[in-house]
Amino acid sequence: MKRVHYGIYDDEEILLSAVKQLKSKNWNIKEVYTPFPVHGLEHALGYKHTRLSTASFIYGLTGLSLGMLMTWYMLIQDWPINIGGKPNFTFADNFTSFIPVLFELTIFCAAHGMVLSFLIVCGLFPGAKESNPIPETTSHLFAIELDDNNANAEEVNQILLSTKAIEVKTLERD
Amino acid sequence: MHIQESSYREPLIIGRKDYKQITDDVCKGVEGKPNKYWYIAFTISFLGLLWYIGCVSYTIGRGIGTWGLNRTVDWAWDITNFVWWVGIGHAGTLISAILLLFRQKWRLSINRSAEAMTIFAVICAAMFPIIHMGRPWLFLWVFPLPNQFGSLWVNFNSPLLWDVFAISTYFTVSLVFWYVGLIPDFATIRDRAITPMRKKIYRALSFGWSGKAKDWARFEEVSLVLAGLATPLVLSVHTIVSMDFATSVIPGWHTTIFPPYFVAGAIFSGFAMVLTLLIIMRKVMSLESYITIKHIEYMNIIIIVTGSIVGVAYLTELFISWYSGVEYEQYAFINRATGPYWWAYWSMMTCNVVTPQLFWFRAIRTNLTATFIISIFVNIGMWFERFVIIVTSIHRDYLPANWSMFHPTFVDIGIYVGSIGLFFTCFLLFARFFPVIAQSELKTIVKSSADHHKSNH
Repeated sequence: MKRVHYGIYDDEEILLSAVKQLKSKNWNIKEVYTPFPVHGLEHALGYKHTRLSTASFIYGLTGLSLGMLMTWYMLIQDWPINIGGKPNFTFADNFTSFIPVLFELTIFCAAHGMVLSFLIVCGLFPGAKESNPIPETTSHLFAIELDDNNANAEEVNQILLSTKAIEVKTLERD
Repeated sequence: MHIQESSYREPLIIGRKDYKQITDDVCKGVEGKPNKYWYIAFTISFLGLLWYIGCVSYTIGRGIGTWGLNRTVDWAWDITNFVWWVGIGHAGTLISAILLLFRQKWRLSINRSAEAMTIFAVICAAMFPIIHMGRPWLFLWVFPLPNQFGSLWVNFNSPLLWDVFAISTYFTVSLVFWYVGLIPDFATIRDRAITPMRKKIYRALSFGWSGKAKDWARFEEVSLVLAGLATPLVLSVHTIVSMDFATSVIPGWHTTIFPPYFVAGAIFSGFAMVLTLLIIMRKVMSLESYITIKHIEYMNIIIIVTGSIVGVAYLTELFISWYSGVEYEQYAFINRATGPYWWAYWSMMTCNVVTPQLFWFRAIRTNLTATFIISIFVNIGMWFERFVIIVTSIHRDYLPANWSMFHPTFVDIGIYVGSIGLFFTCFLLFARFFPVIAQSELKTIVKSSADHHKSNH
């Protein structure tokens, strides 16, 4: 069990300036819980930009390549079909009419691959237990979780209140 | 930090709404008991669904012969309904994806219900190709699966197969787009839940979302990239649906204008259906502060734009058929306007081209009753558009001996009307158990676009 301190705020602008103040005083912010995306928060916390969009691009390329492999194998290599006497014995001849399918497969893999990665990196799955200690942070409040840096509880609460927290809470957490 | 909007821009949230109030208003629909209108609507829709199940079962049991099809008109209401529903399913993704890319804040009050509508409309649509196969238990054959015949593969040159890929990609991508947006809102309901049962259900649905700063950053990135992927996807879907007709050699079908014309028509009919539903929903669920007259007006403007594109496309078709100098092509269009199906053609023209033009008047596009009536007209007109394209193009083919008319049977009518029951049953369940407004995302615009914040400056 470990003691954790929470500063609770009711406005995202106050929260953002609180984060900046705490950061400048070298306090260790463990986590910030917000009910909606707060612009600039990620930057203020010094997080690196997520690489999910790059991942999505790679998933898309994978989908495109697999689609090309599939259409080539099925309609050129394994069982070529003569449709209306149109040339069909090379991939290049048939490529134009494969474009819709290749396009859809690219989007399919890019979208689903990225969403699955998102769920995995955020640890989201059906049945996962939520970890926000203050339930109102999914509705209208904002909370900063602070490590006490070996300072005493009183000092941590004072610094949180000085950043215009409406309330401070100390909870025992694993 | 927040960007103040011009005070000339009308507010998108009316009344003194703080974050707590928005949560309360949105969760009220889930936490309270539905009123009597919900029960009445649900009973009627559910009876429609039962009728649908009956008629579909009868079709599967007895075969396609139960429909009014004949050897000349071998595609009729099934494909009409399919294209109609797919078109309706276009507004949701358009609102949430394209309007997100253009940073249109007004999308936030309506995107959730429009996306839900997309998903239910695509379910209704997808049922028609499956049941019209005659032997729907073999529907897996439309996918490129190894089989005992060779393997004999599907034909990747066929627009009907492109449709399979387009519709399944569209359905699954729309579904995850919708669900990713729902996760934080389910978490809100979970954290407010009083009964253990509700807590359990919404805990499972919310996937353990906790609202951490890093997760929100990822969430925003995923929403943006999904919007970027869904935008070309939504345009590709109706393009491919139009190619089912455009790549054929039937006069009246093989026109190169079809892809853009179908996409505009799809957005047109989709917005009409969104309006039909939202005008009722905002009233029944008292969401007038969030779905304002301004939202309705914005959608009506899109209806004028897309309705006019559709009107230009109708006239272009007529011109090109005359200009082509092809006798059969010319006859197809003269027959549409003056043949035995003239009433369908002129219903389409009136509903799709004439009535939306009334929205040029501000008094009409900000009037709820007028908007509701015109949106019903557009829904009807767009159904007639597909009926006109499909049935009138094939009912008089090259041999006059083959000329025929299409008469729907009670099964055709039952499946069509019943599919509306299926759609409304799904939508009413959604309105009862799901947060109908994307409240987490809506809260991001409170400071810039809400009434009381704007009037403070």
